[in-house]
Amino acid sequence: MYRLAYQLPLLLLVLLSAPLYAVFETYTFETPEQERIYKKLTEELRCLVCQNQNIAGSNAELAQDLRKKAYEQVKQGKSENEVKTWMVDRYGDFVLYSPPVKGTTMFLWAGPLIFLLIAFVVLWRIGRARRKQTSETQPVDEHSLEQARHMLENKES
Amino acid sequence: MKSLRYLIPLLIFAALLALMLKGLGQDPKEVPSPLVGKPAPAFTAQQLHVPEKQFSASDLKGNVWMLNVWASWCFSCRAEHELVTRMAREHGITVVGLNYKDEPADAKAWLRQFGNPYVTSVMDQAGDIGIEYGVYGVPESFIIDKSGVIRRKVIGPINDSPDEKPQNSVEQLLAFMSKLETE
Amino acid sequence: MIPEIGHIALILALGIALIQAFFPLAGAQLGITSWMRVARPAANLQMLFMLIAFGSLMYAFIDFDFSVKYVANHSNSKLPLLYRISAVWGGHEGSLLLWASILAVWGFAVSLFSRSIPDEMVARVLGVLGLVSIGFMSFTLLTSNPFERIPMQADGADLNPLLQDFGLAIHPPMLYMGYVGLVVPFAFAIAAMLGGRLDAAWARWSRPWTNIAWLFLTIGISLGSWWAYYELGWGGWWFWDPVENASFMPWLVATALMHSLAVTEKRGAFKAWTVLLAIFAFSLSLLGTFLVRSGVLTSVHAFASDPERGVFILAFLAIVVGGSLALFAARGRSIRSYVSFNLLSRESALLLNNVLLVVVTFMVLLGTVYPIIHNAFGWGNLSVGKPYFDLFFVILTVPLAIALGAGQLLRWKRDSVTNLFSKVRTALIISILAGVSAAALLMPKFSLSAALGIGIGVWIVCTTGKSIREQLASRSFAAIPRGFWGMTFGHIGVAFFAVGITLTSVYSIEKDIRLAPGESYELGGFNFAFDKVNEITGPNYSGSRGSITITRDGFETVLHPEKRTYFSSSMPMTEAGIDAGFTRDLFVALGEPLGDGAWAVRLYHKPFIRWIWLGTIIMALGGFLAATDKRYLRMASRARRQSRQTPVTAGATA
Repeated sequence: MYRLAYQLPLLLLVLLSAPLYAVFETYTFETPEQERIYKKLTEELRCLVCQNQNIAGSNAELAQDLRKKAYEQVKQGKSENEVKTWMVDRYGDFVLYSPPVKGTTMFLWAGPLIFLLIAFVVLWRIGRARRKQTSETQPVDEHSLEQARHMLENKES
Repeated sequence: MKSLRYLIPLLIFAALLALMLKGLGQDPKEVPSPLVGKPAPAFTAQQLHVPEKQFSASDLKGNVWMLNVWASWCFSCRAEHELVTRMAREHGITVVGLNYKDEPADAKAWLRQFGNPYVTSVMDQAGDIGIEYGVYGVPESFIIDKSGVIRRKVIGPINDSPDEKPQNSVEQLLAFMSKLETE
Repeated sequence: MIPEIGHIALILALGIALIQAFFPLAGAQLGITSWMRVARPAANLQMLFMLIAFGSLMYAFIDFDFSVKYVANHSNSKLPLLYRISAVWGGHEGSLLLWASILAVWGFAVSLFSRSIPDEMVARVLGVLGLVSIGFMSFTLLTSNPFERIPMQADGADLNPLLQDFGLAIHPPMLYMGYVGLVVPFAFAIAAMLGGRLDAAWARWSRPWTNIAWLFLTIGISLGSWWAYYELGWGGWWFWDPVENASFMPWLVATALMHSLAVTEKRGAFKAWTVLLAIFAFSLSLLGTFLVRSGVLTSVHAFASDPERGVFILAFLAIVVGGSLALFAARGRSIRSYVSFNLLSRESALLLNNVLLVVVTFMVLLGTVYPIIHNAFGWGNLSVGKPYFDLFFVILTVPLAIALGAGQLLRWKRDSVTNLFSKVRTALIISILAGVSAAALLMPKFSLSAALGIGIGVWIVCTTGKSIREQLASRSFAAIPRGFWGMTFGHIGVAFFAVGITLTSVYSIEKDIRLAPGESYELGGFNFAFDKVNEITGPNYSGSRGSITITRDGFETVLHPEKRTYFSSSMPMTEAGIDAGFTRDLFVALGEPLGDGAWAVRLYHKPFIRWIWLGTIIMALGGFLAATDKRYLRMASRARRQSRQTPVTAGATA
């Protein structure tokens, strides 16, 4: 709960400035592949001074600086991973919008598949219970019973 | 036994609630530094007051020192500047200023007005040194040990109030740095 | 004076909410009819007082009353009338008042349109609504009072220029109508559990309310997405930002709920599921409210975050959701269904549908809160963004879309593989052929994703067409219930949506270039010619306006991107120029002037992007059709007739 004194005015400034103003560079590339890598990088790297934006969509100075760094490196022929590693070395995993797969993110990446597995187990058990039910005793289908009751009630009124 | 399965949603919710409560005490915007425990990135840059001379991070090898990122346009730097001055003057801490994305004239004027506790201030007008150090806001400070390894990053202003971030308290930092001295 | 009236009205509304919560709920539990009868008048009164409160705040804005702190913070003497009105919900305090007001509107609607529902259930439903109202009203009054006064200001701070836009002006009310509206099925679920009765009738009562809340939520979310696209200038329409996710999760669960209710009504199955989904949907609404205002997550959408307020909302969440889930734990066993259906049947397809939608919801929830989990373990902050969500969303929704097509053709209770296959065989072949050939021949270059997206769209349309043909085989066009059309529109909407998002993500082209007046550039087969730039002035801004002529084989249009500086802030704002089309959007935005008259210009060619929102509009239309099925109107008129014919006996239940 400790508020950083310097963050609040910065925050307000950023809230008002960040998405409003499209600042973009007119970088040129030697190959379309380089351009593709650059675009992907700017979309997947996080702007650290913004309220959740990538460096492509932010006009904050740091975002502009990082775009420039990414551009310089892509021009030198660096690969997407090399540039990302460079960024992570300085700013940590936080700068990546696609979190790295490591021990601490295992549950994040495996999670959806675990959910799916649980879902299928649940479905299978429901299916098995129903098959067992129909093979053993056939409880009165509640719905048909209710429909009958409803029809009788309507006939009366 | 079977009815216990109807308890599951409540249990999941309780876990989520506990998580949210813990989350209220955290700062989702703080970026921890991956450089802690790593050698301080090397740099050589012009000194603010003596532009003909350069300063390198390696110049202070063998000393425990603090790199303090500041700028004349930085509002919160004024608040911590008193404490940085106290650290330098009263406790003999070696502080080097990293003047980040600033105009030399404005920077010098600022130091004239608020005092200059820095052994020297280094100019980083483009912000490149800052990026090497993973700087994303001002002020920030790095505590570097005798072998040139970054031992701590202070994010935000150094403070001396119990209501503010405890890991930025000036007493704590002084204690930490004197411990490093004994290494 | 007026703000004070508003303040008092809000306090009175809270008092009424207390009455609306206590007496009907206690009355229903103890069988005291007079107490139960308090429900409707209380809900009506609450509506009246909230109208006064909300109206007072709106009056303060329209009248430039800068002695009200909230007005001073979010308005300005030069703000146009439309935005003075929308500024009412432009900040935290006002948006909470909107929440509470819309809650009152729903309560009023329930009070009005529930003649065919037994008094005991109505009492419980309105009682639960009263409880929720108490929470929101006390939160507003205690921590976020919009009527707070300050010394009269010379002028206001201005509404955030981003919000000075029509789309964003109506986005919150639409969203809240959906968000808040989910309280009604929630209340029905609680009422059913309290009363110990959950049957097809209960499902029939809950359905129209759910459909209407769902359709508003659909519209609200798509408005936000559409706005982000044309206003923010980065060509995107969805960022998986925590607040966006907070609105999407209830939507996913509400979709599952709609389908689950259909099964409960028609076949009496899925009762426990439906109740759980109803609780889950509204819980996610409340969770969303928490996430947006507490500061636990970083988001561009967040209101001023305040952990202290967060604790209040969390406590409220604990009581409402914890209470309902505890009730579910206690009553779950007794409400479960004993209806049988085959492994291959419409019921099982819908069960699969629900399960998949819930898995998607959990995936989005996991990704959204994982940064908190990661930090809680001491591993520092982490970012989970678009790459994660996009990947798993596609993986999970492709099987869902396939099941959608097949599911609507399955028979209830029992069907066979051969029967199903004979029905879908043609659709399957057409979809695969259409997907592959369209992606290969009609698109700039072949893409497997595009083929898949098109194939799924065609698959849904073909199977929906088949289901329409099946209906027409057994009855006349006029005899087909509107609910069926609701379903078809809903599914066709999904088809358009799927094709739109696939094609636009695969084939969009974006270029940031340096262009001077007189120069031109080729993009996506179109020629963009930069004509000139003029200086302009508006009511509360000034700036530059560019003229770009776009041509291609006889087609021509002129776009006018602008760069505005609002007087209240020094930061310039970009207004893009867009030529919207059914098959593509052409988009131009001005960046910085680069010297020598040249400008940085951003150009986009975005194929089929309008299909995204066309799809959501069609879906919403489907929701409307389903909600206004004649059955519900018949139910109401029959109830009115019955009450007129027979004398009303105290405590009579249908």
